[in-house]
Amino acid sequence: MSVTYIDAIREAQEKLLREDDRVFLYGQDIATFGGAFKATKGLAEQFPNRVFDAPISEDAMIGMAVGAAIEGMRPIVEMQFADFSSLAFNQLVNQAATHFYRTGVPIPITVRLPSGGTPGSGPFHSQSMEGIYAQYPGLVVLTPATVSDAYHMLLDGVALDDPVIFCEHKFLYRWLKAKSINGDHLPIGQARITRPGKHATVVAYSAMVHEAVRAADRLAQDGWEIEVVDLRSVKPLDLDTILASVARTGRLLAVGEAFPWGGVTAEVIARVSEEGFHLLDAPPQRLNARDTPVPYHPKLWAAHRPTPESICEALRKLLSF
Amino acid sequence: MKPYSDGTVMNRDFLRSAFRSMLLARILENKLSSLYKAGKIVGGVYLGRGQEAVSACLGTSLIQGTDFFAPLIRDQAGRTAFGEPLIDCTRTYLGSVEGPMRGRDGNIHRGRPSMGMPAMISHLGAQVPVVAGMLFAKRLQGTLAGRVGATCIGDGATSTGAFHEGLNLAAIEGLPLVIVIGNNQFAYSTPNHRQFACKDLVEKAKGYGVGGFSVDGTDLLACASVIGEAVKRAREGGGPQMVVARLLRLSGHGEHDDGSYVPSEIRNGHYGRDCIEVAMRQLVENQLATVDEIFAWQDEFGDDVQRAVAQAQQEAVPDPYQEDWTALATRFPIPQPIFP
Repeated sequence: MSVTYIDAIREAQEKLLREDDRVFLYGQDIATFGGAFKATKGLAEQFPNRVFDAPISEDAMIGMAVGAAIEGMRPIVEMQFADFSSLAFNQLVNQAATHFYRTGVPIPITVRLPSGGTPGSGPFHSQSMEGIYAQYPGLVVLTPATVSDAYHMLLDGVALDDPVIFCEHKFLYRWLKAKSINGDHLPIGQARITRPGKHATVVAYSAMVHEAVRAADRLAQDGWEIEVVDLRSVKPLDLDTILASVARTGRLLAVGEAFPWGGVTAEVIARVSEEGFHLLDAPPQRLNARDTPVPYHPKLWAAHRPTPESICEALRKLLSF
Repeated sequence: MKPYSDGTVMNRDFLRSAFRSMLLARILENKLSSLYKAGKIVGGVYLGRGQEAVSACLGTSLIQGTDFFAPLIRDQAGRTAFGEPLIDCTRTYLGSVEGPMRGRDGNIHRGRPSMGMPAMISHLGAQVPVVAGMLFAKRLQGTLAGRVGATCIGDGATSTGAFHEGLNLAAIEGLPLVIVIGNNQFAYSTPNHRQFACKDLVEKAKGYGVGGFSVDGTDLLACASVIGEAVKRAREGGGPQMVVARLLRLSGHGEHDDGSYVPSEIRNGHYGRDCIEVAMRQLVENQLATVDEIFAWQDEFGDDVQRAVAQAQQEAVPDPYQEDWTALATRFPIPQPIFP
């Protein structure tokens, strides 16, 4: 018996619906159909009047969730693809994110963003939006990389009083399996050392954690011990765990699947340079997707995002400094 | 009780109450304008002059503690009618830390969301789905019956995606949402013909499958009748209702704007008349209030406004060294997972 990443997301939502009257699900095609990725399969039947199909109105979906949260509910909104959340940008960053600061009334909504690339998905079904949302004050941005994190971080995210952008990776949905949903269940805001090492630190999150581990496996054959840090939550950012790792290794590579201008990897490099410059034995490096829209053809797509090969190459450069 | 032209009975208490809110709003806003010109206001000043009848009739039709009201930029009268304390306004405009926004947001952006009055953001139409969501929550909680949610927007906001998406969503769900569109003919400086191509905005109601009403927004009696009816229909389960009120704002977009783009034939036309003067005549002619009463109210409200301004002016402004400078309700780091 194994559990997939998408199973974990479905299980978490089922548990939330069962145990918390304030929770309801809202999104396109999520009721009887069970969602484009089946993250809500069977939940509408199991929980009548708790799972609702939304019109194709991303802006209004988030506006509606904000209103429901003001009145004491804890909506979970599914964006069909993270890319479409650009249509809800205003309600997310101006309404939900500013609300607690302005009024003192928290907005506990969770917005699930099926994120990241899969072969053949092209420019509008592949984006990674975490850096954009993390830029705005008032949002918590989560990027689970494991089955257990997908489950526990969704539960914990819904329990937070703040708006949560929950970036779940589409490539991991069915590819990533675990024996059980249980794990170390770290609190939100704490990073994890996925693989310990002493020669260099790779800071990654979401699907890139797995690519970084593959790269580390390859370099291990040459005797390099690479430490992989899984951010889990990009905002808040666990700088303590990152700095502690860099203190051990003296070398830092930040890897992300998002576009290269700014974003999470740039933030990690900037913070470590500011607060841990003395710990660095080499210029910190970053590796992101290329600065083009996400291409459609699998051959182009595979070369657009960081891969174990490109991570290895970046690490070798870092290690040779 | 005299009947309206449409046969419904004129409600003396409603009209007197709505008029009092109109009058208080006008006196308050005149004061805000003076304070702005004297450089005493932090940020801009946006007035509802000429739109008081519409706003007050909506606010007076709503029940605080039961209903929701998402006011917009020109709704001082509606806020007052709904029960917003006067001091909330002066504190917010004058930057007092005691106000509902504590200096973190200003002027017409104030609200008390936990008391049914959300705080508007500047992006127009954005409050429409928020009110729908508040109503949706009440449906899930089983307490929607007899409740209404209302919001005001202008002619310009009807061009936004947020308006379209929000109203369509409310219509799908059959929520008791009342949208009052104050068509004051100019969105900032942009005239109607650069904003929409239909003959009358109320035609849009049919497309959304919601109730549609038109009213002369300068006429208190008409506003009371039409807006009251729209709210009643929503309250009784008739689904969303749209009211389009024709009027003209009798000031600039904000006090920084002289409104010189409004042609004189419009300014001097029917909708250029002052709804407060019209309402005074209507109240007196229909023996709903006497001239002496109205003058007494004027004095009373003048004193109220002076007191609210004086109090807010004496209060502390926010101290950057006392701010916690966090936008999150959660205090990170959290020691252990929240969910058991």
